[in-house]
Formats: sequence, C-alpha cells, structure tokens
Amino acid sequence: MGVFDIIGPVMIGPSSSHTAGAARIGLLAHYILKEEPVKADIVFYGSFAKTYRGHGTDKAVIAGLLGFGADDPAIRNAFELAAQKKFTINIGTSSEEEQHPNTVKIKLLGKYGKTMEIVGVSLGGGKVSIRRINGFAAEISGETFTLLSVYDDQSGVVSLVSSFLAEKNINISQMRVFRKGKHQQAVMIIDTDSRVPDTVVEKISSLEIMKSVIAIDPLR
Amino acid sequence: MFEYAAVADLLSLAEKYNTSLAQIVLRREAEEYELTEQQVTEKMGQRLTIFADSIKEGLYDDRLSLSGMVGRDAGRIEKMEPVLLGNIAHRALLYALAVSEGNAKMHKIVACPTAGSCGIVPAAVFAVGEAKGADRERYCSAFFTAAGIGNVIARNACVAGAVGGCQAECGTAAAMAAAAVVDILRGTSEQIAQAATLALKNVLGLVCDPVAELVEVPCVKRNGFYAVHALTAAEMAMAGVKSVIPPDEVIAAMYEIGKMMPVALRETSEGGLARTPAARTVQNRLQNQQGH
Repeated sequence: MGVFDIIGPVMIGPSSSHTAGAARIGLLAHYILKEEPVKADIVFYGSFAKTYRGHGTDKAVIAGLLGFGADDPAIRNAFELAAQKKFTINIGTSSEEEQHPNTVKIKLLGKYGKTMEIVGVSLGGGKVSIRRINGFAAEISGETFTLLSVYDDQSGVVSLVSSFLAEKNINISQMRVFRKGKHQQAVMIIDTDSRVPDTVVEKISSLEIMKSVIAIDPLR
Repeated sequence: MFEYAAVADLLSLAEKYNTSLAQIVLRREAEEYELTEQQVTEKMGQRLTIFADSIKEGLYDDRLSLSGMVGRDAGRIEKMEPVLLGNIAHRALLYALAVSEGNAKMHKIVACPTAGSCGIVPAAVFAVGEAKGADRERYCSAFFTAAGIGNVIARNACVAGAVGGCQAECGTAAAMAAAAVVDILRGTSEQIAQAATLALKNVLGLVCDPVAELVEVPCVKRNGFYAVHALTAAEMAMAGVKSVIPPDEVIAAMYEIGKMMPVALRETSEGGLARTPAARTVQNRLQNQQGH
C-alpha cells in the first residue's frame, strides 16, 4: 500500500464503495463492451438496492458506462448526458441474495448490436471486481492490463496464447480459466504487466476456436 | 531500504538517516514504485490542489444533499465570529464541514483515508498551514507525514468502517491530521508520533452507525469535531505530553476493539443512531422516493 492509497483515491463523493466503485464497474463494462452503449438495464442488489439514490450509485454507473472515470464531475449529470446521447437506461432493484452486498448487474446493448451481461461487485475503497460476463464466472479488477478470451475449451489453447504473449515479451502476472464444462465454452483471463498490442490481439482472435478476444486497459 | 511496518520503524528510520518522517515516507514511496522523489512530490502537489479546491467548493455550495439531511452547516459556521474556539480551530471546523458536506453533495474529494472521513486531514492541515504561513513544500511534507501514519494503521489495523467502525475511519484521519499539524509546526518526529497516538487513543470505540446508510449523519459533523480533536492532540504533543501506551500498541488496540464491535455498529446501519425513530423516518421517506 502506497501514499496515494491512503491519500486517495480522488473521487466524486459521497462513498468510495457506492459511488467511486460503482463508476469503476460502469467504466470496466464500457471497456469490455468496446462499443458505445445505446441501452442498459441496470439491476442493483443488496446495499446498492437500498441506498443507490442517496449515494448517486445510479449516476456513477451510467457515467462509467459513458466512459467517465470515478473522479469526473460528469457523474453528477450522468442522466442528462445519457439523454443527450440517446442512451436508454432502465434501473431496477432486486431483493435476491447475492454473494456480495454491493452488487450490480448490467445488461448492455452496443451501437453495433453487441450485447453483454456483466455482474460487478464493489469491494470497498473504490476497489471492484467484474464477477460474471455473459453468465461466465470472471474476475477482472481493472487494476492491470487484462486480456479476456472466450473460446471453445480444448487442450493447448492456454500455452498457445501465452506463447504469443511471450514472443512480444509481455509478462503475465496472473492467469485464470473458467469454463462451463469440458469441451464447452471457456473464458481465459490474463493479467499482464504491459499493454497487449493490437497485433497480438488480432493474432489470438484469428485462432479458429476463438469467439472473442478483448484487451482491457487498467482503470484511470 | 525505507520499508516501514510500524510507527516505531518510521521513528528509527528517521533517526538512522537523520531526517524527517515525511522524508522516509517519500523515499519509501519512490523506492517502492520506482519513481523519482520529484515525481512523487509532484503527485502530492496535485492532491494538494484538489484538497484546496474541495474546501473552496464546499464553502461555496449552499445546497442540501440529495437526502436533505446535510449541506448548510459550513455556511452557519462561516457566518459566525468564533465565540469559544480560537481562530485556527474555528477554521478547521469550518473547512472539515465544507469538505465533508461537499462529499455528500457529490463534489470531487480526496479520500483521506476514506470518503466518509475526507474532511479531517485537509481541514486541520490548511487551517494551521494558513495561520503559520506554510509553503507548498511544508504542506507536502505534512501530507507525507499523514500518509506514513495512515499506512501504518491500514497495515496493522484497518481504515474501513465496515471492518473497524468509525474509529478506523475518523480515528485514523484524526491521527493523520494530528501528525500532519505537528509537522507544520516543525515538531520533532517523536512529537509527531505522540500527536497521532493521542488522537487515535481518544477515538477508540467509536462506532459507525450511519442514518439511512448514507455518508451524512453523523459523518459530516463528526468530521468537524475530529478536525478540532486533532488540533487538541497536536497541542498536547507540542507541549511534550506523551501517551503512556506507545503508538503501535494503541493501533493494535484499535484493531482489537474493531473486531470486537458488533456488526450492527460497523456500517450496516442496523444499530445505534441508524435505528432511532428519527432515523427510521428518514429511511422510510427516502425509500418511498426511490420507489420501493
């Protein structure tokens, strides 16, 4: 822990978990969708469901989805900004039990028709984690460069992808693989110390078994 | 080389290198993140600007928060000539309310160490700094000192209300503020450590029971109180008053008390002020607004 973890983060108030964390979840979703969102169905759970309005959690998520950071005063006018961009938003709450008290589910539709459903949790102090993407378990913190690949599970994929990264001297700091079952769809999440260049992303995408490959930058 | 895990480490490193606590904290940061000391200082300078802006914006904004519970008390204090407090303490109270009210109204703030306690450190530091003619370098030094104390507490105890109650948030902030103020007054490293210790020791047991789960009541006024509390601790330390219990033992005690605290009094709003009839009335009103 460093000086600026204690004297920081710089954020729009009032709550590091319910406002800054919510904005960061929205921004991560924006990075993962890689398209301007045109429609979002947002469902809050637990403490988020009970207190989202007083904490501006709704505004924070929307601002994040629009690409603003947790320290951007644009959060205050998120609804107006969304309306200007014809970004349709539905907000709901659920009393269903979730594993974490500060959970939000976001169903997104992008400008070019891409759809995505992500579940994010706010862990406190502005730290967040994306825990599910399109029904798959995941774990994305937004603190490092992350490469997210969705593919049909088969042997050799992990070593192939890591060899592509090694060729460009990209150091892997963490790697996790989630799958629905043997030989079914799998998600591989690789955290790296540096940015994965577009050429490498394309090379991985061109593998026949790959459904999608997304490079996610660390949050600002 | 400059790694520290306890207040005792900070003190012995400062003695070993014949320098200030702030310098040890700065050098450790540069070492850990492979930055130059100048880069780290520049980053602190940016935080300084945001702190100063958050005070100004908080003083300027006279709207109420979304819940309507807080937002205009800084204005009340500003309009009054101090009756009992000295000018510096009065300023500290004013600035802390301004920043904390601003936080409740979605202003840009620096969490220090948390958003709920964000008014205490900048309020005490700027109130004393302005009165003593502190320059930018002095302010940076004060905030590095504060960060050193905060980092030790985060490492050995906690700074989250959900883990340790308000003593972990406002208590840590008060300890950081007291240390920073002694830095501005050019007290010794020992006096800095004592100020932090005295401030924290007298916040032990403070619970986190926010009304309607919002960072407003009692948080905003509490920021005002603990900014002044930090000045009391600094005043004592400057006079040579010492805590009988050493700094790191007080920090350990804070953590132990935090762990003993019932969950109902750790940011869940299931006990204390949050369950009073008045608080329930507010909560019901807000939930109806929200469409439940």
